[in-house]
Amino acid sequence: MHGLINKSIQAFLRANYGQRLWLQVAERVGFDSEGFEAMLRYDDQLTEDLLQASVEALDKPRGVLLEDIGAYLASLEPIRRLLRFGGEDYWEFLQSLDELQGRGQMTLPDLELPELALRTLRGAQFILDVDGTIPGWGAVMTGLLRAMADDYGALAMIEEAEAAEGREAVQVVLLEAAFNEGRRFDLARPVGSSR
Amino acid sequence: MSAPCACQNWVRLARGLGPDALGQLMPMFLWLDPQGRISALGPALGKILGPGRILGSRFEQHFRLRCARAGRSGVASALDGRRRISLSLRVRPEITLRGSVADVGLGAADGLLLNLSFGIHLAEAVREFGLTETDFAPSDMAMELLYLQEAKATVLNELRALTVRLEDARRSALSEAQTDPLTGVANRRAFDLALERLIRGLGRGGQSFALAHVDLDYFKSVNDTLGHAAGDQLLRNVARVLEEETRRSDLVARVGGDEFVLLLRGATDPERLQSLGARIIARLEEPFTYGEQTCRISASIGVALSPDYDEPTAEAMLADADAALYLSKRLGKGRCSLAAPQADAEGMRA
Repeated sequence: MHGLINKSIQAFLRANYGQRLWLQVAERVGFDSEGFEAMLRYDDQLTEDLLQASVEALDKPRGVLLEDIGAYLASLEPIRRLLRFGGEDYWEFLQSLDELQGRGQMTLPDLELPELALRTLRGAQFILDVDGTIPGWGAVMTGLLRAMADDYGALAMIEEAEAAEGREAVQVVLLEAAFNEGRRFDLARPVGSSR
Repeated sequence: MSAPCACQNWVRLARGLGPDALGQLMPMFLWLDPQGRISALGPALGKILGPGRILGSRFEQHFRLRCARAGRSGVASALDGRRRISLSLRVRPEITLRGSVADVGLGAADGLLLNLSFGIHLAEAVREFGLTETDFAPSDMAMELLYLQEAKATVLNELRALTVRLEDARRSALSEAQTDPLTGVANRRAFDLALERLIRGLGRGGQSFALAHVDLDYFKSVNDTLGHAAGDQLLRNVARVLEEETRRSDLVARVGGDEFVLLLRGATDPERLQSLGARIIARLEEPFTYGEQTCRISASIGVALSPDYDEPTAEAMLADADAALYLSKRLGKGRCSLAAPQADAEGMRA
């Protein structure tokens, strides 16, 4: 698994629950180094163990934890900015999700993002099919899509959808694409920002 | 090259394409009349050329044509027959634009249509003119380029940080691997490497040096009577004295329980070495207080000098320094002896 994934989980735990909890989790999985390196690769099982240990340490359902991680990712400025390149408003952003895997690979060729496909059910009702190498990407995308709806200032109902055996999906009902201002996004990177 | 067109009434297409439709397709289009004055322009270009009267103003007022054809004056003439053009902005000459040109009307009777886009200075232009996604045609790869540029910067930052962390880890591992944990001076490994380096350096005209083997006298009794903690404290004290009595360019290493070696660069004058040895011994003989108890030790020193060898080797110098140390011990401890190369006990200068 790409270190970026593990490091995201680590950063999420640290930011939301503190260094102590992260150390507890690290101990549970027997990972005794100072932390994951975003640009190295790790064994796939380690990611699974890491999630399991977090679920136990936080006493939270796995789905909820993954949704929180998705929302956390979208709150990180570098990632939020890259996601905002997807489109001018939330509707366009949704349409751009089909390309998210490709965009990820354009940046990091070995980053295994899930394959995403958006289906339009009715005018403003969408199903995003999520096909990832490990189960759970559906929940991560649910949290991420909710956070990005806030970011764009869109009003939407987003839930993980019941999907066929072994598949994951997110249902999005877009009530109003421009509900409020949303957060500011300039194409040009803020001056002086190193990230 | 002619474009395929199924439309019999292509004139209707041309008539129907007003400035708004053109601007939607090409936010950076520019229509020049035959005199080179701006007749219409796309919304993004309007943003870039800024407030003020743009329509009717001359092309050259805003743009400089790069690699214009020599001897031709007037933009229409300069652009004649070209398909690709390269321009720079008068207000920001470092920002270049590129684009294509097409004739409007037969023989450009109705002027020229230019479609422009940013080249490699896209990010600067976006910043400078506050451009947004709507300023680019969806068919333009500008957004992808901006995205890539930003993603690349993020990844590079991460990689740079990783490199710094790895380099720090490498340095500290290296220094740990070459440091005696008790006293903080160099260990045997660091000493061996430094000695090899000095000897190799000699062959290339490097500085000559002295190797001094320092062995503590009566140390064992301190350990036995005051305990190991006192012994450790004493060893740290010895290391500190040795560092204080040598120069920064010298090396102090602990190579055994109560054995130290010194590599003294450029120090090959026997008299000065003798006085250095005496000074070290005198300081080490000062009473050492641990808790409420006081004890005394001394030291014996044997020194080998690199100029005494035709071809010095680490083994020979170490053996000779050892033999000189042994002589110091035999002569009653608490003294410093200098070795001569390939010498037996008689050859030494105690």
